[in-house]
Amino acid sequence: MASDMAHLRGKTACIGAAAWGCGEQPGWSSLEIMGQNARLALADAGLTIADVDGVWAATAVHAMPSMSLAEHLGIVPKYSSGSNIGGSSFMSHVLDAAVHLDAGLIDVALIAYGSNQRTQGGFRSASEPVPFEAQYDVRLPINAYALAAARYMHEFGATREHLAEVAVAARGWAGHNPEAFTRDPITVDDVLGARMISDPLGKLDCCLVTDGGGALVMVRADRAADHAKPVYLLGAGMAHDHRMISEMPDLTTTCAVQAGQRAFAMAGLGPRDMNTVQLYDAFTINTILFLEDLGFCKKGEGKDFVAGGHIAPGGGLPVNTNGGGLSCVHPGMYGLFVLIEAIRQCRGAAPGLQIPDATVSLAHGNGGVLSSQVTTIWGTADAL
Amino acid sequence: MGPEAQFKQHLADGKFMILRSASTGAFVFYPRPFIPGTGEDDLEWVEAKGTGTVYSTTVNRRSPEKGGTFNVCLIDLDEGVRMLSRVVGMTPEDVSIGLKVRAKIEDLNGEPAVVWEAA
Repeated sequence: MASDMAHLRGKTACIGAAAWGCGEQPGWSSLEIMGQNARLALADAGLTIADVDGVWAATAVHAMPSMSLAEHLGIVPKYSSGSNIGGSSFMSHVLDAAVHLDAGLIDVALIAYGSNQRTQGGFRSASEPVPFEAQYDVRLPINAYALAAARYMHEFGATREHLAEVAVAARGWAGHNPEAFTRDPITVDDVLGARMISDPLGKLDCCLVTDGGGALVMVRADRAADHAKPVYLLGAGMAHDHRMISEMPDLTTTCAVQAGQRAFAMAGLGPRDMNTVQLYDAFTINTILFLEDLGFCKKGEGKDFVAGGHIAPGGGLPVNTNGGGLSCVHPGMYGLFVLIEAIRQCRGAAPGLQIPDATVSLAHGNGGVLSSQVTTIWGTADAL
Repeated sequence: MGPEAQFKQHLADGKFMILRSASTGAFVFYPRPFIPGTGEDDLEWVEAKGTGTVYSTTVNRRSPEKGGTFNVCLIDLDEGVRMLSRVVGMTPEDVSIGLKVRAKIEDLNGEPAVVWEAA
C-alpha cells in the first residue's frame, strides 16, 4: 500500500461551509455557536441534520465536543471524534473524514467549531500546565512563539521589521473583507510601536481574540458531483514532533516540512501550483516559518519573501486572503477558518478579495506551540 | 516514585540531577523512564555539570503590579539536552542567545527550581 495515500486524492469533497458568529457574539454559548454553524453548513450543502452520520469537533471548553455537538443537533452518528491536537485539529479531522468516507463507514461528515471566548472574558486555553515548564511562569502559547521568533532572528539576521511585514500584509487583505474583525490599515511602524508583550512579539504580532464558529460538510466525490461547487480534497498530510516548546528539536524548522511533503505527494502538486496559500498565523513568525517549511522559499529566505508586500494584496503570492488570524478572526482555535478561506477561494466565493481563477488552494494548520502541523490541498473539479 | 518526582526530590536535596543511559551514554531531559525514540531504560541519575548556553530567550512584559518583567529562556546544557528555564541576576532584556550560563537552585513559586545566571 502506498504510504502517500495518493488513492485518497479527489475521492472526497467539501460541499458546504459556514463561518457564523465571528467577531463578537455576546450571550451565545460556544456550543450554540458551533450548532448554528453546523446547520448553516448543512443548508449550504443542500442537506439536513438527519443526513449527518460522521461528526468531528474540537474546542477549548468541551471535554467531549463531538458528543456535545451530536446531542445538540439530535443525531446518532456512526462515527465521531473529538481528537484535539490544537489549532490544526480541523485539518486532521478533514483527513479523518476523508478516510472514513472513502472506506464507506459514513456518508456525510460534519466538522465544526465554536467559541465565545472574546465576549466571555478573553483567551482560554484547553491546555494543562505543562510539566517542567509551568513552574517558570511561562506564558503559553506566546512565549513559545517569541522564543522561535528570537531564534529565527538570531540565525537568519531577520528583524522585527520583517515580522511586521506579515502583520501589515494580513491587515491589507482584511481591509477588503467585510467579515474581518480589524480592517483599518496599519504600517510597519504601527507594528513596531505597539505594546511589547513577549520580546520580540508586540501586540500587532499576535492574533486576535474573537468569538466565532465554523463548519464544513464533506461527502464522497460521486455525491459531490451533484453539488454546484464541490471543492475536492486533493492532498493532506500531518506530523508533530513535540508537545512542549522545550522539546522542539529546532525552533526555526517545524513539522510543516513533513506535513507539506505528504500533502503535496498525495495531490501530485507542488508549491508553485497553489493559487492561494492559507496559513495558520497565530503570530507573525508563523507565516514566515510555514512559507519556508512548505517549500515556497528556502529556509532563512522567508524574511525576504514577505518583504515589500509580496504576500499582500497585489503581491506575488496571495497568502491569508481573509486577513488571517492576525486580522480576520481568531476564536481560540483558528484552523477551521483557514480551511474555510481556502475552500471559499476555490468556490469563487471569498468574502473579501477573490483571487481570479483560483482552482487550487492550500490550507495549513498549526497546533500547540508550533507542534502539530497538518497541510491540506483543495481544488475545483478542473484540478482533478 | 517516577522520574519526575525523583528529579524534584533531588532538587529538594540541593542537587541538579539528570538521567543518562548506562549503555549508550545518552542524556535525557525532561526526566522520563527511558530514552525517547530508542527506548533504552538503563537510566542512572548523574549530577548535571550545571553549565550551558542560552538557545533562545524572551522577556515577559508583566506589569509592575503583577511582579514586573521576567525572563523565559531555553538553555542547552553542555550534556546536549535542553530545558526551559529562567536567567536571573541580570536585566531580562540583557539575556542574549549564546550567553554562557551556570545553574543554581532557587525557590520559584514555593518549590526549588533550576535557574541560571551568567557564567
